[in-house]
Amino acid sequence: MLQTVRRRPGDALLVAFAVVAFGYLFVPIGYVVAFSFNDGRRSNLIWRGFTWDNWLNPCGAPGVCEALGNSIRIGLLATLVATALGTLLAYALVRYRFRARGAINLLIFLPMATPEVVLGASLLAQFLNVGARLGFWTIVAAHIMFTLSFVVVTVKARVATLDPRLEEAAADLYASGAQTFLRVTLPLLLPGIAAAALLAFSLSFDDFIITNFNSGNTDTFPKFVYVAAARGIPAQAYVIGSAMFAISLLVVVAGRLLTLRRGRG
Amino acid sequence: MAVAHAPAGHDRVSPTPTEPGPGRRRQLGWLLTLPGLGWLALFFALPIALLFSTSLMVPVPGGDIGQFEPAFRVANYTEALAEYWPTFVRSFAYGLLATVLALLIGYPLAYVVAVKCRRFPTLQALLLVLIIAPFFTSFILRTIAWRQILADEGVVVQTMQALALLPGDGRLTATSFAVVAGLTYNFVPFMTLPIYASLERLDLRYVEAGQDLYAGPWTTFRTVTWPLSLPGVVAGTLLTFIPASGDYVNAALLGTSRTQMIGNVIESRFFRIVDYPTAAALSFLLMATILVIVFLYIRRAGTEDLV
Repeated sequence: MLQTVRRRPGDALLVAFAVVAFGYLFVPIGYVVAFSFNDGRRSNLIWRGFTWDNWLNPCGAPGVCEALGNSIRIGLLATLVATALGTLLAYALVRYRFRARGAINLLIFLPMATPEVVLGASLLAQFLNVGARLGFWTIVAAHIMFTLSFVVVTVKARVATLDPRLEEAAADLYASGAQTFLRVTLPLLLPGIAAAALLAFSLSFDDFIITNFNSGNTDTFPKFVYVAAARGIPAQAYVIGSAMFAISLLVVVAGRLLTLRRGRG
Repeated sequence: MAVAHAPAGHDRVSPTPTEPGPGRRRQLGWLLTLPGLGWLALFFALPIALLFSTSLMVPVPGGDIGQFEPAFRVANYTEALAEYWPTFVRSFAYGLLATVLALLIGYPLAYVVAVKCRRFPTLQALLLVLIIAPFFTSFILRTIAWRQILADEGVVVQTMQALALLPGDGRLTATSFAVVAGLTYNFVPFMTLPIYASLERLDLRYVEAGQDLYAGPWTTFRTVTWPLSLPGVVAGTLLTFIPASGDYVNAALLGTSRTQMIGNVIESRFFRIVDYPTAAALSFLLMATILVIVFLYIRRAGTEDLV
């Protein structure tokens, strides 16, 4: 019974602590969900009674669904590009030897170690300098930049677990480099790439600071909420936040249960 | 890293007719990195260089607001520091405090999920999802919800007043307490996840061995568990400290002008006062300070495989 570390009186305390900590993490989410049902016509600051209206009419607040649509479009575009570029980078960094690897690893690490304010401010300085029109495309460019490093790190971890002999076997069987990559390497990397894409999308979707510097008049969902905070958030924003939470939770729990089951079978 | 040696072995395999030689392989490696590196050069390195040059600019004499010309005015830095050093100190103090608090909350949480729930994989998987679940709603939305919870009419303040923990006219919003609480709340998952990843791989036989050698729980933790989880702690503290000390959303939503962080100053210098050189100098100082702290810390903690 190697797995049984002796039970100690401190255990109950530890578990109680974890329960409280989970509660703490979920209090604001509970607030968001509860207030998505609030019957507050104008401001949504005080509880005024239960209603389904906000859920039946999630686009009811002016601008909220435009902002949401922008966030989704930006997120999808940025994820597509960042995942493609990041996967190539990660693969090359693990599989090929070249002299500049240390420098490249540093260049990839730096954006993650740079505060978002600085990333946002520097990009704004650049866009102002070249006279770019701030809006949808400047946000996309910025999001590709800051999610790229996270994609590289995530995919790199997966490439590292890949057995190089599988690719050698493919080469021995006269598969061309491209065939080997598409038929052997890519399918094996897919779980890592999918995880990286999910991470990139959620980072892009949730970003406020970098977006705020480079968005001009284009609204994204976080920006909409931030601006609305001064007047009181419309209940529809809480509806969207709650729906996002529920959908993501379902997707992730389903995915987890599937992999657990497959792992056992 | 062991990974780095894998390709060398790969190259030693006798080349098959279709396998490109080492020269072409190296070329292909470069080719694959080029698009990503190009993007980072264009939208990260170049902007940072430009930010540096902006930080040394001076206003165009007789020009409009927002017009600056290149100069080499180092005084922009000394003046910015002279005016804003208290804000700098406050930012790093808040960031550090939030990091310590997140560690105090995140470590036990990660420990319970990774070690105590190890024999129940389904429960463990679900709890892990719950740790990342706060990310599923918007960060801004959660922070605003947090502000409402801490508001003067909110449950927390009312309860604390009833228990005499807070004076009758006392409040939580618009205080440093609220800002640090907001930062801590937002970054606990960033702290918990890497620690969980470290503890999940912890071999419990080491803990058993410690107990067999009559070490008390505290000694076992201090000499066995903690050192083995250090890579996770280092990653978690960095993932918390860097964004927390640069953050301005929590300070803007939960604090006042007296609890401003350096991010708030940078933002308002850029947008409200249109003083790009000072904003750029402050950004650069913030970035440089954080990088120095990070590299010293990584070196001290001795976990190079982070980078």
